[in-house]
Amino acid sequence: MIDETLRQVLDDEGRVTGTAPEIPDADLRALHRHMLKMRTLDQRMLSLQRQGRIGFYGLATGQEAAITGSAYPLRATDWIFPALRETGVSLWRGTTVQELVCQLIGNAGDVLIGRQMPMHFSDRKVNSVAWSSVIGTQLVHAMGAAWAAKIQKKDDVMVGYIGDGGTSSSDFHAALNFAAVKQAPVVFFCQNNQWAISVPLSEQTVSSSIAIKAAAYGMRGVRVDGNDLLAVIAVMREAVERARSGGGPTFVEALTFRMGGHSSSDDPTRYRDPELVKTWEKRDPVARFGAYLRGKGLLTDADVETWTAEIGEEISQAVTAAEAMPAPALETIFTDVYAKMPAQLETQMKYALALGAGTKFDGAFPL
Amino acid sequence: MPQMTMVQAITDALRVSLREDPRVVVLGEDVGKNGGVFRVTEGLQAEFGADRVADTPLAENGIIGGAIGMAMYGMRPVAEIQFVDFIYPAFDQIVSELAKLRWRSANQYSCPVVVRAPYGGGIRGGLYHSQSPEAYFCHTPGLQVVIPSTPADAKGLLLSAMTGEDPVIFLEPKRLYRSIKEDVPEGRYTTPIGKARTARAGEQLTVLAYGAMVPVSVEAADMAAERGWSVEVLDLRTLLPLDTEAVLESVRRTGRAVIVHEAPRTCGYGAELSATIAEHALTALQAPVLRVTGWDTPFPYTLEHTYLPDAKRVFAAIEHVMNF
Repeated sequence: MIDETLRQVLDDEGRVTGTAPEIPDADLRALHRHMLKMRTLDQRMLSLQRQGRIGFYGLATGQEAAITGSAYPLRATDWIFPALRETGVSLWRGTTVQELVCQLIGNAGDVLIGRQMPMHFSDRKVNSVAWSSVIGTQLVHAMGAAWAAKIQKKDDVMVGYIGDGGTSSSDFHAALNFAAVKQAPVVFFCQNNQWAISVPLSEQTVSSSIAIKAAAYGMRGVRVDGNDLLAVIAVMREAVERARSGGGPTFVEALTFRMGGHSSSDDPTRYRDPELVKTWEKRDPVARFGAYLRGKGLLTDADVETWTAEIGEEISQAVTAAEAMPAPALETIFTDVYAKMPAQLETQMKYALALGAGTKFDGAFPL
Repeated sequence: MPQMTMVQAITDALRVSLREDPRVVVLGEDVGKNGGVFRVTEGLQAEFGADRVADTPLAENGIIGGAIGMAMYGMRPVAEIQFVDFIYPAFDQIVSELAKLRWRSANQYSCPVVVRAPYGGGIRGGLYHSQSPEAYFCHTPGLQVVIPSTPADAKGLLLSAMTGEDPVIFLEPKRLYRSIKEDVPEGRYTTPIGKARTARAGEQLTVLAYGAMVPVSVEAADMAAERGWSVEVLDLRTLLPLDTEAVLESVRRTGRAVIVHEAPRTCGYGAELSATIAEHALTALQAPVLRVTGWDTPFPYTLEHTYLPDAKRVFAAIEHVMNF
């Protein structure tokens, strides 16, 4: 039930050492382009953050294969319950760069109308659920939605994302236990990037792996090289198919490495040996998959050049358009607290709008 | 019309919903075969099956978080927390998730979950089977907080909660579960959320109460009547959103207010009521607004009767205000 062996298809140089999953050539190219897009976005958005044009950013650099590979086997009707580093899943499923940049800025064009800080993305059209910053909470929701799908006899699959730090949370325990007891069609996908801000995995758990924790719940647990796109796809495809066909939940531990800081606010040199980062540079997931594709004759330098230029242009246009958009209207603070605004809130809104319009109040307090 | 206790009325509301709406699912600890420790879900699993009336593992965060996921996916879950004293492991799921999902997703997602939980003292349940934590939830935008005080209201309010679009914390005064029996209409009817009820009409003073403190306040009002004082008792029924209009209408008319709750005094719901009256009806007041509440202590076991406000304590406050 638990396989702690690290599943691999490609070695660090991109040579096939395992069984590659069947993927059409066009998809293989699209997957590579997507990882390039994520990498480019990280570079450009971090630069915008450093210029003070967006407030916060969470890099996925080094984790592109885990993220993209987890998204590829899903159907459009499946749901994802993401955390900080899974925006790439939404992008793969149809969220646009423009939508993402608007969310990072928090303007009127933002799907979330500036209510959440950057990276706390959500997009109903791709079934990506809005998440909070409290770690682990989304796993229970993924379990609940999966349980509901089972009750309603629908064959949608839910994916709950978590990092290594989140596996210590109480919601992790509740989600895995309930999911196993109810045999809910959910996949728990853990990006073990080995750092929870400054706390290394060894301070998070002394289990021999994270995957082995699934054993305590009577759940299938697997380990995969998270920097090996093909291995992640293979493992995820099995887990999703198992869930969809009534085989119950799976816990996937994707071993990867956070190349940057926890976020744009974090300085990893305070707590992490730079030598360690260098060893992981050699295992770069994008270069590795690129080497594989080149070996198959599916990727050329010209492709990479064209794609990089196209992606760069798409981002530039998105930033220009997003920066021209106004801030959300004041009343957006008050809407959606409830489906229908209660009287008390309406009074507060009217007061806030009047203050915003510069109305002077003499005498009686208007509330 | 059948006579029902509050427990029977709540069971009836759940049964009506489970029959009419396939999206309704009841979940919680011991709600299945056992019918809940207070027997509120008695017979429901036998009638509707284990998928729709589901026992869960013992983890409140799993129950509420699971219900949130179910509701997002389109179901109408009613989650039972066995005693509201056990709700704190799910506090984060309620405050950070349940209450905020609609807003933080800009209305892309919502989670109309009803969280049912018995609350309050009077059954010799000790510290962890007696608390009244309603104020914690009233401080959370996005929630609705409902507390019935009669069987008929319990059914009507629960049916409203279960067909509404937003989450409801539905606190059931367990002390009144079986102590009152009254006519309860059969089938579906709803009692609107956000509307108070005049439990006893009066002209000289308004007692604001909810849940198990309503009958206590009515008893105190009867004592006052013997002294020739006409006291109104307003049963708030919904704490969030408060029926401000009903509260102010009554207090402006009577010119006096006493607030009763069994929860501790400091930052209790009475503070909100008192502030609302002070902001909007100060000039109508003929006396200070008084609060009769539980003490600012943990809930005692042996001396429970000295902790809970009773008619004597409420009457003492009425007397003080009337003689001011």
